[in-house]
Amino acid sequence: MIEISHLTKKFDNFTAVDDLSFKVVEGEVLGFLGPNGAGKSTTMKVITGFLSATHGSVTVDGHDIATDPIAVKALIGYLPEGAPSYPDMTTLEFLDFIAEIRGYSGEEKHRRIEKVINDVELRSVCHKTIDTLSKGFKRRVGLAQAILHDPKVLILDEPTDGLDPNQKHHVRKLIRNLAKDKIVIISTHILEEVSAVCTRAIIIAGGRILADGTPKELERRSAYAGAISVQLTEEFDLRAALVGDEDIRGIEQDEDNARHFILLPSANKQIFNKVSEKAQNGHWPVAEYHLVEGLLEDYFRSVTHDSALTRRDAPQAASATTTQQQV
Amino acid sequence: MNKMLIIFKRELAGYFATPLAYVFIVIFLVMSGIFTFDMGSFFERGQADLMPFFDFHPWLYLFMIPAIAMGLWADERKTGTIELLMTLPVKLADVVFGKFLAAWVLCILALALTFPIWITVNYLGNPDNGVIFAAYLGSALMAGGFLSIGSCMSAMTRNSIVAFILTVSICFVFVACGTEIVLDTVSWAPQLFIDAIAGLSFLTHFDSISKGVLDVRDVLFFVVFIASWLFASAIVIEIKKAN
Repeated sequence: MIEISHLTKKFDNFTAVDDLSFKVVEGEVLGFLGPNGAGKSTTMKVITGFLSATHGSVTVDGHDIATDPIAVKALIGYLPEGAPSYPDMTTLEFLDFIAEIRGYSGEEKHRRIEKVINDVELRSVCHKTIDTLSKGFKRRVGLAQAILHDPKVLILDEPTDGLDPNQKHHVRKLIRNLAKDKIVIISTHILEEVSAVCTRAIIIAGGRILADGTPKELERRSAYAGAISVQLTEEFDLRAALVGDEDIRGIEQDEDNARHFILLPSANKQIFNKVSEKAQNGHWPVAEYHLVEGLLEDYFRSVTHDSALTRRDAPQAASATTTQQQV
Repeated sequence: MNKMLIIFKRELAGYFATPLAYVFIVIFLVMSGIFTFDMGSFFERGQADLMPFFDFHPWLYLFMIPAIAMGLWADERKTGTIELLMTLPVKLADVVFGKFLAAWVLCILALALTFPIWITVNYLGNPDNGVIFAAYLGSALMAGGFLSIGSCMSAMTRNSIVAFILTVSICFVFVACGTEIVLDTVSWAPQLFIDAIAGLSFLTHFDSISKGVLDVRDVLFFVVFIASWLFASAIVIEIKKAN
């Protein structure tokens, strides 16, 4: 179990992580979401012991990263942002170095390196220097070093950044397979990734937790949860057909596709049956309609945007008061 | 295997994976040749010793060693590999010493490859090989001293050029404070003060070792000097971790 309690990290006057507390247990794949500069990477750097916390503590299986760093680092596999690795080494040399540092030798070392080369599909670049590899391969080499020792805790900072769709799919499958009895924390700003691999998502911005739940739960909190998406076959005035209906809070028309509408329900209303009925009775030229379970992207935008606004306003307000005082 | 040795092995292999090690060794040999034969008048002196060879070492090291040391930490910080390295289950002391040792072994290798000059004096005359051995030892220790300063400076910045300039400047202070020019300018001061300044200089300790006077205190000076600067490197890295 990872336990993070009241973690604060300050760089000079800038607070990157602000009193963060959460726990992650075995079997969970935690997606760390947030806009750029939200404190995702900084939090990961503190958990892995690369940075030290200003306040608060991080423990992994009871070992505190501040007092027992070697024990914690032995439990963790970490892919830092940008997947850094030594450019002058070949893939095999690099993995050999990591395996030795992780305490393996002889047959066991050989077996682990072989396994990870197969799992991450690095066979073709074994003897190439990392310098010459494509971005996708570099990232996979980084992933390989992180999972080589079959770590109990896997921390991946943007693991699919820069990969093509096939590679992304492959990496996600790999993460899902790995996750069985482990703790996985991945940071990403690709929201579909969260729905695809994570069992839990935390949205942070300005170093604070804004939301914490399963991806489904967060989707349901979106303004679009329970909305109906309607695709028409021809031009039709849907607004006129639904005018005055109190259960429907709003109608959105797709900017790029005039025949596509989204009907938003009023609070606590189920509108699917009603809309379905009206469509049949009113002979709408419907191609297809379905219930929207909610959009993670929409929820993400609404929570992070609000916090961005408050953060940006704060210093302006402060400077405004100073000017007044001077006058 | 000892973690320090694994780091050492990787670092040393890293020097030879790029042209760095070869360029360093070749330039070192060419420069020491020029210093010895041309500026040091090796043949004209008509003496079977290596004084002209060793006398220039502090000045040769002043530019050569910082070139090796500047990348020790700065490059890791620049490429981000420091994040990988510092999140592996290794003690900081093992990393600091492993890196230093790899760079030191490279310097010692370059120094050892000057052996033809030793063969030459033995062919031309009957030098005191004990003195020559002591001088080689002193030179290697002095190289370690320069390197340890370089390690600390490199830990301070992500820019290796900055690390180079800082290292050269500080090394210059530790060389120059033993020269007569510096010691003459402070001749008004109490003798104790002058001795203290001279005692800090590489020149003072290296000169006495290279004359064949293998005093424990001179060797100890370099050992303590290296240990202190490496300790300072570790502290700098810890401070960076908190910021």
